Amino acid sequence: MCGIAGLFFKNKSLEPFLGKLFSEMLDCMSSRGADSAGFAVYGSTVSAGNLKVTLQHPGPEFPWRQLSAALQKQFKQKPKVETVSNHAIFTLRGEEAAVQRFIRAQFPAVNIMSVGRRIEIMKETGLPCTVLERFGVREMRGSHAIGHTRMATESAVTTAGSHPFSTGQDLCLVHNGSLSNHNTLRRNLRREGIEFQTENDSEVAAGYLTWRLREGDTLDQALEKALKDLDGFYTFTIGTRDGFAVLRDPIACKPAVMAETADYVAMASEYRSLAVLPGIEKARIWEPEPAKIYTWNAKN
Amino acid sequence: MSNDSKPGLRESATFDRNIIHEIQRAAETGIYDIRGFGTKRRLPHFDDLVFLGASMSRYPLEGYREKCSTDVVLGTRFAKKPIHLKIPITIAGMSFGALSANAKEALGRGASEMGTSTTTGDGGMTPEERISSKTLVYQYLPSRYGMNPDDLRKADAIEIVLGQGAKPGGGGMLLGRKISDRVAAMRNLPKGIDQRSACRHPDWTGPDDLAIKIEELREITDWEKPIYIKVGASRTYYDTALAVKSGADVIVVDGMQGGTGATQDVFIEHVGIPTLPAVRQAVEALQELGMHRKVQLIVSGGIRSGADVAKALAMGADAVSIGTAALIALGDNSPKFEKEYAKLGSAAGFFDDYQDGLDPAGISTQDEKLAARLNPVEGGRRLANYLRVLTLETQTIARACGKSHVHNLEPEDLAALTIEAAAMAKVPLAGTNWIPGAGF
Amino acid sequence: MKNGTADLMEARGPKPRLKRVAKPKPSKPTEKARVVDLGKSTVRALNAALHEITVPEPALWKVKNPRGAHAIACGLQQPVMVEIEGPVGYYCAGMNQAATVIVKGNAGTGVAENMMSGFVHVQGNASQSAGATAHGGLLVIDGDASARCGISMKGVDIVVKGSVGHLSAFMAQSGNLVVCGDAGEALGDSIYEARIFVRGKVTDLGADCVEKPMRAEHRKLLAELLERAGVAAKPEEFRRYGSARKLYNFHIDHAGEY
Repeated sequence: MCGIAGLFFKNKSLEPFLGKLFSEMLDCMSSRGADSAGFAVYGSTVSAGNLKVTLQHPGPEFPWRQLSAALQKQFKQKPKVETVSNHAIFTLRGEEAAVQRFIRAQFPAVNIMSVGRRIEIMKETGLPCTVLERFGVREMRGSHAIGHTRMATESAVTTAGSHPFSTGQDLCLVHNGSLSNHNTLRRNLRREGIEFQTENDSEVAAGYLTWRLREGDTLDQALEKALKDLDGFYTFTIGTRDGFAVLRDPIACKPAVMAETADYVAMASEYRSLAVLPGIEKARIWEPEPAKIYTWNAKN
Repeated sequence: MSNDSKPGLRESATFDRNIIHEIQRAAETGIYDIRGFGTKRRLPHFDDLVFLGASMSRYPLEGYREKCSTDVVLGTRFAKKPIHLKIPITIAGMSFGALSANAKEALGRGASEMGTSTTTGDGGMTPEERISSKTLVYQYLPSRYGMNPDDLRKADAIEIVLGQGAKPGGGGMLLGRKISDRVAAMRNLPKGIDQRSACRHPDWTGPDDLAIKIEELREITDWEKPIYIKVGASRTYYDTALAVKSGADVIVVDGMQGGTGATQDVFIEHVGIPTLPAVRQAVEALQELGMHRKVQLIVSGGIRSGADVAKALAMGADAVSIGTAALIALGDNSPKFEKEYAKLGSAAGFFDDYQDGLDPAGISTQDEKLAARLNPVEGGRRLANYLRVLTLETQTIARACGKSHVHNLEPEDLAALTIEAAAMAKVPLAGTNWIPGAGF
Repeated sequence: MKNGTADLMEARGPKPRLKRVAKPKPSKPTEKARVVDLGKSTVRALNAALHEITVPEPALWKVKNPRGAHAIACGLQQPVMVEIEGPVGYYCAGMNQAATVIVKGNAGTGVAENMMSGFVHVQGNASQSAGATAHGGLLVIDGDASARCGISMKGVDIVVKGSVGHLSAFMAQSGNLVVCGDAGEALGDSIYEARIFVRGKVTDLGADCVEKPMRAEHRKLLAELLERAGVAAKPEEFRRYGSARKLYNFHIDHAGEY
């Protein structure tokens, strides 16, 4: 099925090394999934009222400048654009729903990977080491990152089917496991106005969280409800603007290991992935308990 | 005595006599019906496919003089010692416990004579089977009954069982009466109790962790032995892809017609898909991954004649496996036990109460007196005869299609007789180019 | 009147039996240890070398830089000692026979799974399914074991100095699980004849698992297990759990337990 990993720095001076350490963690997890890889990095913060939108197009030479010009015309200010392989990160002033609506209508071939003030999601098919190389993850900086290596189970190997799935502004989810009632959940969520691009069960979990948060739940409340409504086997790692969360289902057959030092909190499907981290010999290592929500954020 | 001839008597198709009997049995006992054998109701199957044979454009091979080879190699992907079989028909996993020791020995003798393999079952490896069977596949099941590294090293291949056609997702079951002293000792259970096997493996869940388990088994056996993964047919397309991704050498797909020693009737009849669509799905997955013939496919569930063997191979399987048919060859359901079947409330041709361990043929029993009725040497001879016939029939058909090796049979040699079979097998309806769902 | 449970135990299964296991020999300074550095070599090379020997020589093997690798020292057959200097991944010492394996760190899923004999000592914590389906030998875990410790055990002795997670001793057939700390939910669900001893709290018991009286023979057995594991606890501090045997033969009244 999959390997998942997450890294969160408590010590800000480590932020320049996020990409280096995280790419090694994720590369370790290739053995659990070689179909595709993806990650969410929480780096620079854009100011309030502004948005970072990460877009992707399957082709190699998408004319991002055209899209930029169209956005400029629509939203009356020139967006900042940074291209990374076949992804592009747009920074602009705007309101999320309007921006998404516009891009979907005018550029339907473009995939919206993430929206937020900090988050950048990139994912692609191919071997994880190739994906990491392609996006230059080693050089990335930030406070935290979560990622995923995929062995597709019941849906196709596509970019859209790769994790992380974005669940809302600065929010995303990676999943190791297999849900058993995702088709029904998807139907119900569609009625609630949540849109899906794939047949993937993990996308349904992400959509479920989006829905609950939209309805006013806190992340903790949403995850409590997820424990009741989602059926199957899962270890979830959720990225938030200021940190991340980990949740295992009550049966807890899928693995999860955590490591904590004064400098960082890390999570992975196997200890091997954590073994690359500095100071791991002295870290507190433990396994999250089933059906218990763990959260870390910058305020702690 | 049938009442059908009495005018005015109409049986309900929904609540027929069998259903009425079952409901009343449930009301009386409060427990689900457990039985042996595979799915009994009619399903789209190989019978709904036919071969096109020779024609003006396609020429047959002469029997005997012009060779039609039947050998197959299993485990070429990673194993140091792949398995070479003379015929593409193996004996499926059936436990000592479900079967008597004489039956296991008979299977070993017959298979060895024909140059093929047998498979242990949910109870471990018996010395009789290891001695009598030249090529022995050792099953690795959720229960791990009798599992030990000495037997692992003695085996010729290891078959990791996720499920079987009769009960994809079900655990094993052996009712107390069949847990004799010997069975109990092998399984490390108290004698005479009902044995409940787990439905999931105890130390891994999911293909990502299965990959690590396969690595361990290879390490323990120094990478010598082919590793098979057996699944009951359900989401066969994805299961096959995942078996490849987890690192298997061989995948074994068992359709819902596949037999069992003891399972709930509702499980047997209503869970899993037939063998016909399962074969097609498995082959498609292998072809898409570029692994067809590199990761070998063994198919089981309702293989009865050389025609079934040939059709499974034509659809892309590397080999087939027989279970129910092998037991019938040994003597299961033979008319010579008619009186005894009647005493058990059954009849020859209907007997499926393997779970009770009172088999008059001495096959699915642990009772010494009954088991003694099956002479292993005689049984081995009968099985060898049957395997010989299966092979000759397969070759006859293959030669008629112009093939010098049975693996050269292909889907285009087939036509379908029904729309369901055409759709499930992705073979055109005879006389047309039409495959439902795939266009014209 | 005889104690009904004792009757049943006599009728059903083997009496509490001591399995004598040779105490692990400390490394002799005069004998040269074989050192394998997994930072430079591979698990395959290590296991191949360990499998090649037909006598227990060298008697001591040291494995450096395991860094969570899988299947380290599995399938051993000789009574050698293998000291692993760090955390291991899944299935360390899987199907162990006769060897002594010391893990100087944490162990991943399935440590000592299906062990037949010998001694495995995890000096840190163990992940899920520790000692799964093992038939014999002794597994000692200095820290905690997570879920499914001793699942489907078939004769092994497991001593956990810390606590165990949920579904421990699930479908445990025989052997002894000793927990000096606490036990998580559904302890001993569907247990057969294995024995469980817990000193701390038991969150709850699984289907057909009940507390049972501690008699002299159990205290004696437990004392010996604790001694072999090097635990300075007293048998009196523990409670015993085992099968109520209501699921052994189907009865309509217990259908709800399935």
